[in-house]
Amino acid sequence: MRRGRLTPGAVRKWGFIVSFLAAPLAIYIVFFVSPNLQALQLALTNSRGISPDFQYVGFENFTRLFGDEVFWAAVRHHGLILLVMPLVTIVIALFFSFLLNLGGGQRNGQLAGVWGSSFYKVVFFFPQVLAVVIVGVLFQAVLNPQKSGILNSVLGWFGVDPVGWLIKPDLALWTIIGVMVWQGVGFYVVLFSAGMAGVPKEIFEAAALDGANRFTLFFKITLPLVWNTVQVGWVYLGIAAFDAFALVQVLSIDRGGPDNATTVLPLEIFRQTFTYYRFGYASAMGVALVFLVLTFAALTMRVTRRERIEY
Amino acid sequence: MKSARLFGGVSHLMLVLWTILTVTPIVYTFLNSFKTNTEIFGDSPLALPRQWGWGAWGRAWETSRIGEYLVNTVIVVAFSTFFTMLLGSMAAYVLSRYDFRGNRLVYTLFVAGLSIPPFLALSALYKVVDNVGLLGTHTGVVLVYVAYSMPFTVFFLTAFFKTLPTTVAEAAMMDGCGHARTFFQIMLPMAKPGLISITIFNVIGQWNQYLLPIALLPGDKQDKWLITQGIANISTSAGYEADWAGLFAALSMAIIPILIVYVIFQRQIQTGLTAGVGK
Repeated sequence: MRRGRLTPGAVRKWGFIVSFLAAPLAIYIVFFVSPNLQALQLALTNSRGISPDFQYVGFENFTRLFGDEVFWAAVRHHGLILLVMPLVTIVIALFFSFLLNLGGGQRNGQLAGVWGSSFYKVVFFFPQVLAVVIVGVLFQAVLNPQKSGILNSVLGWFGVDPVGWLIKPDLALWTIIGVMVWQGVGFYVVLFSAGMAGVPKEIFEAAALDGANRFTLFFKITLPLVWNTVQVGWVYLGIAAFDAFALVQVLSIDRGGPDNATTVLPLEIFRQTFTYYRFGYASAMGVALVFLVLTFAALTMRVTRRERIEY
Repeated sequence: MKSARLFGGVSHLMLVLWTILTVTPIVYTFLNSFKTNTEIFGDSPLALPRQWGWGAWGRAWETSRIGEYLVNTVIVVAFSTFFTMLLGSMAAYVLSRYDFRGNRLVYTLFVAGLSIPPFLALSALYKVVDNVGLLGTHTGVVLVYVAYSMPFTVFFLTAFFKTLPTTVAEAAMMDGCGHARTFFQIMLPMAKPGLISITIFNVIGQWNQYLLPIALLPGDKQDKWLITQGIANISTSAGYEADWAGLFAALSMAIIPILIVYVIFQRQIQTGLTAGVGK
């Protein structure tokens, strides 16, 4: 085709491309791209609420942010969640998925999962489809500080005094992390199970024939083969560690309390936006959050890059 | 094989423990909806209810407006998922199958959204939706859901369309079938497995969405509220302080539809939700 002259076929092709992209692009640009770009601009202003009068204040919001104790408390909380929650979730999920897929020993000369494994997978996964808000309200009852709370009444059978799971400032964040693990494990059990199912059975059977016990089977064979899936899971859980909004908002005392002991950046952004109407300051906090998430993602990509095992 | 026995025993114990851990909060919620306040806060909170009556369920249905919120959510999610899938698959198809100037740019624009947390644009989004006059409306929520679901939907479906064979579509075009007709009558049916996975992903994601409804459907528009908002509200609202059974009944009403759908479609839901990570 010569340049400059459009054949009827080319016109039709362009017409088709434009007509198919116009609506999705328009909605995406108006309601996603443009708010995000405007947020970058708002972060440099003293905008309050929806009022159109505001001034550019340069980096004043960021200077204030770096002197804001609550901001640093939230950043520290993300740090702790990031260190603990992904690791614990992955360890528990790997253990269970190994049991469910290969832990049952040999059956008719074939390696199999333990008895009832599909039942366990269905049950473990269920919390994943529940809204985080529902999980939050469920756990308000479970973690009730009185002795009538579920967890405390179970501990009561063993003579333990009622624990203020969400009331004690140095315990509350750990409790929140525990609930995040509770909800997340089942998803990763299913994910890792799919990874293990993708590995040819002969590899495991050959190892078992060679006398490998379950521990060798797990650490020397299973883990390296599903390592890629584990990495992807780690990135997902790491990104989730920078959210935690709904759970903290619904479950914690005083939304992020006691005394900011469980607050997280998304919650502070929400508070600055809808309680104080400090749109400029909230957007600056949003920029800080994006910076943290992207730094985490970039670092993980660099560190975890590893040779892929071909099979 | 004594050690194997022991290992088997311990591992079963762990699995049973985690099952109990998963199921207890949910079963406890159902049971409490049949109890009285004194039973719930009494000496044996884990005991079965003394009487099985639906009183609390009736009260919850009337006062917590759960039914209203459920209907609102069904309407919003039906529209937003439908348009997410329609528009997302149209964009993904063009981006995966047509070579044109700007293709890369448009694709990058869509996929870049995957790495941006929704909290950055919270204030700005509120302003935008207010500016177009859609604050406190379901239309506004639907449009925002569609926009926020685009990055993942386009990313996933572009990859999926690339895996489909090109020959069938080419043959159809040779026979004079137009671009749009080829898409709707040939490519969409071929892409069914991918479309089902991502539809489930979007339905569950949008159904469970909490941040966007509380940002876009403010407190004075309570008749527009969605289920997650309603649930968060009943746990804090003063009207429930005296009626814990009612709270648990309302919570049960929110859980039961999900539980039923999950039990029926659990296999598809598991593949749908994990599909994105596998890529």
